[in-house]
Amino acid sequence: MNDVNNNLLLKPVNPVGIVGYGAYVPRYRLPASEVARVWTNGQTALPIKEKSVPGLDEDVATMSIEAARNAMSRANISPAELRAVWVGSESHPYAVKPTSTLVAEAIGAVPNVQAADWQFACKAGTEAMVAAIGFVGSGMARYAMAIGMDTAQGRPGDALEYTAGAGGAAFVLGPADESLAIIDATYSFVTDTPDFWRRAYAKYPEHGQRFTGEPAYFKHIMEAAQALMEATHTSAADYKYAVFHQPNTKFPQRVASMLGFTKEQIAAGLLVPVIGNTYAGAAIIGLTAILDIAEPGDRVLMVSFGSGAGSDAFAITVADAIRERRDRAPRTQDYIARRTLIDYATYARYRGKITMK
Amino acid sequence: MEISRHWRLRKQRYALVGEVCPHCEAKLFPPRDICPECGQEARTLYQFSGRGEVYSYTTVYEPPAGYEENAPYTVALIKLEEGPIVTAQLTDLGDQPVEIGTPVEMVTRRLRQDGDERGMIVYGYKFRPALARVAA
Repeated sequence: MNDVNNNLLLKPVNPVGIVGYGAYVPRYRLPASEVARVWTNGQTALPIKEKSVPGLDEDVATMSIEAARNAMSRANISPAELRAVWVGSESHPYAVKPTSTLVAEAIGAVPNVQAADWQFACKAGTEAMVAAIGFVGSGMARYAMAIGMDTAQGRPGDALEYTAGAGGAAFVLGPADESLAIIDATYSFVTDTPDFWRRAYAKYPEHGQRFTGEPAYFKHIMEAAQALMEATHTSAADYKYAVFHQPNTKFPQRVASMLGFTKEQIAAGLLVPVIGNTYAGAAIIGLTAILDIAEPGDRVLMVSFGSGAGSDAFAITVADAIRERRDRAPRTQDYIARRTLIDYATYARYRGKITMK
Repeated sequence: MEISRHWRLRKQRYALVGEVCPHCEAKLFPPRDICPECGQEARTLYQFSGRGEVYSYTTVYEPPAGYEENAPYTVALIKLEEGPIVTAQLTDLGDQPVEIGTPVEMVTRRLRQDGDERGMIVYGYKFRPALARVAA
């Protein structure tokens, strides 16, 4: 490996892996056809089949707590051994007051712990994962938890309303020799690209229409994936599975094809058609669905994308411990199968779109 | 504003942390420091599993102040597998009917906000039908 490429990779001093993981998806589903019925008389090509909608009593804190409990069940460690609980999201319940302290308290990880909320649009979760890898890999902590979770909103009638879903995943990062999957390397590619944003106090985000495609999503994912594969001397054929940020069905399918991945390689992690775009949870809940079925030795490429913009790419190898640990908590598909369809009116009530005062 | 009370109750509310009697092994929820079974001091913390079943239930259509946003909602007596019966809201029912004996599990959810939308969000335990494991 040449020095230039080796220096680009984010690799810890001590090898790190995923000791436990957990997913969460709320129960309710809004078919994209309902959005089209209300706003375009049904005259719209649908970007997905349906999206997940949180119940009235759910938010990023409650959803993170459930994913974190699932991750702790698989890790089978004492919560007092965690030295970090980090939550990445663009929909934290408070503008000021950490989600992470609430999650840490609920899972029993307080008080000897780092807690912080992360923000980078849809890559806040993988950003927290990379930081946790550094925290563990440097020897500062034996275990650290990273969560990506969102209850994203799109403006009523906007293209994003069809897809803005709810869900995410939690990971316990720890020593590689205790892990169910080893993090071989990560690489991050970031530029200042204004494809999507939400200003302070604004309820709904703005986006750059077609600008969100080539210069944003495709540019950053391609650069991140290619640099990681080049530096690790791997190609698409070396990976059993791949998962990319999934804001709609077409984007991840197209970027996978551009990078040389087949439909079979991305099938297990492609959840956007049935749960929508879970923003900070989107790439990583694809990873939990893959870990649910992967076998020891399988390699996984994961590349997130966050608007603003950047991508984190991960090369992961599944380890033997996956077999005994994956059934200690519900699988991602268990949550997807638990499904109650709602209409647009119920959705409008659940998402606080009806003015009460 | 009841910040101090919400703060004091956070462990039992977020995670169903009760007590176990060191003398007769009875599990206590909510924690009360004196065992109702044997009358002796019981201060050892105990983490309940969160699993139980519906002992009885009713649906609230006229909610008390602070709970209007969620109505109608179902409240149940839950018999925990460790013994105690707790009162809590049921959630995530969807179109699933509730019956006496329905297996349920604890989840941490938003209970209400303290005052208006400027107040703190109060989180605590609710129960939902036990998640079915369908994936192979």
